[in-house]
Amino acid sequence: MSQAATITRANERQEAESKTLFGFWVYLMTDCVLFASLFATFAVLRGNTFGGPTGDQLFSLPFVLIETLVLLTSSYTAGLGLLAARRRAKTQVLVFFGLTMLLGIFFLTMELTEFHKLYVEGDSWRRSGFLSAFFTLVGTHGLHITSGLIWMAVMLYKVAKGGLNHVNVKRLTMLSMFWHFLDIIWIFIFTIVYLVGVAG
Amino acid sequence: MNKVVAAHHEVDPGSPRSYTAGFVLSIVLTVAAYLIADQQRASGWTLIYIVVGLAVVQLFVQLVFFLHLGRGSRSRWNLTAAAFAAMVVLILVMGSLWIMKHLNYSHDSLSPQQLNQNIVKDEGIKPSNY
Repeated sequence: MSQAATITRANERQEAESKTLFGFWVYLMTDCVLFASLFATFAVLRGNTFGGPTGDQLFSLPFVLIETLVLLTSSYTAGLGLLAARRRAKTQVLVFFGLTMLLGIFFLTMELTEFHKLYVEGDSWRRSGFLSAFFTLVGTHGLHITSGLIWMAVMLYKVAKGGLNHVNVKRLTMLSMFWHFLDIIWIFIFTIVYLVGVAG
Repeated sequence: MNKVVAAHHEVDPGSPRSYTAGFVLSIVLTVAAYLIADQQRASGWTLIYIVVGLAVVQLFVQLVFFLHLGRGSRSRWNLTAAAFAAMVVLILVMGSLWIMKHLNYSHDSLSPQQLNQNIVKDEGIKPSNY
């Protein structure tokens, strides 16, 4: 193949790839709108405890701080994993994304532990408008985390088996965008649900 | 040649340093917000403004250091989509709060409990429902 043809092909691939990444970015922005509506619902229903417990009676801030730092660290390792993917360093990719996945599972476990505790103590989504909004908002984030973890497991398998070809690097780029996005959403949950809830 | 082509077309990948800077800044902002809320350094609306302000700063830190928004040649459309999303988000959240705070029920600035009671009474909700 001639040099010119190689360059043209590389350009076309690059073009298609940047369109895919832009499309994924647009998806993330619409997901923002979904979360905004849940945040708005929560903010409106925050005081409607219907005689039930309020945020500061239910939440433990140190517990949620650890949750937040775990997710933040996983966002960092996802970023390092992506850099390794760009360098085509397969082992590092597996290590960093494996680490991200472990931290993600740890985060999800903590979240489910909190949900379970609330449910068992009778403070489920059926208790009040405040708790319905809480479970919907935090649960939707948890569902996103769950799908991110499944995606990550699939990618670890694909990279281990197929190596770091262009398609896999592109997918890892989208995966780490998704993961950073979920971390940003969580910062607002941490702030508006927990910090404001405990003190406000 | 292939290598040159690849290097030339690589989108801005960020650097380990940029991720580490974003990570450290995020930790500092998170812990700062946590300490202010946990030790009750502020209360009421002051507290809300402070912690939400810190969260917004962290939003920008992560957008720049983790998602590299605003860098690279294709960033203009990403920014446009982000700006539009930000507008929708603000209208949705501010608008909902604005409307809900100005409903008839809230006119006498009641406590949430009194508000609940009024709604239960006015809407004819039977006690067995709760």
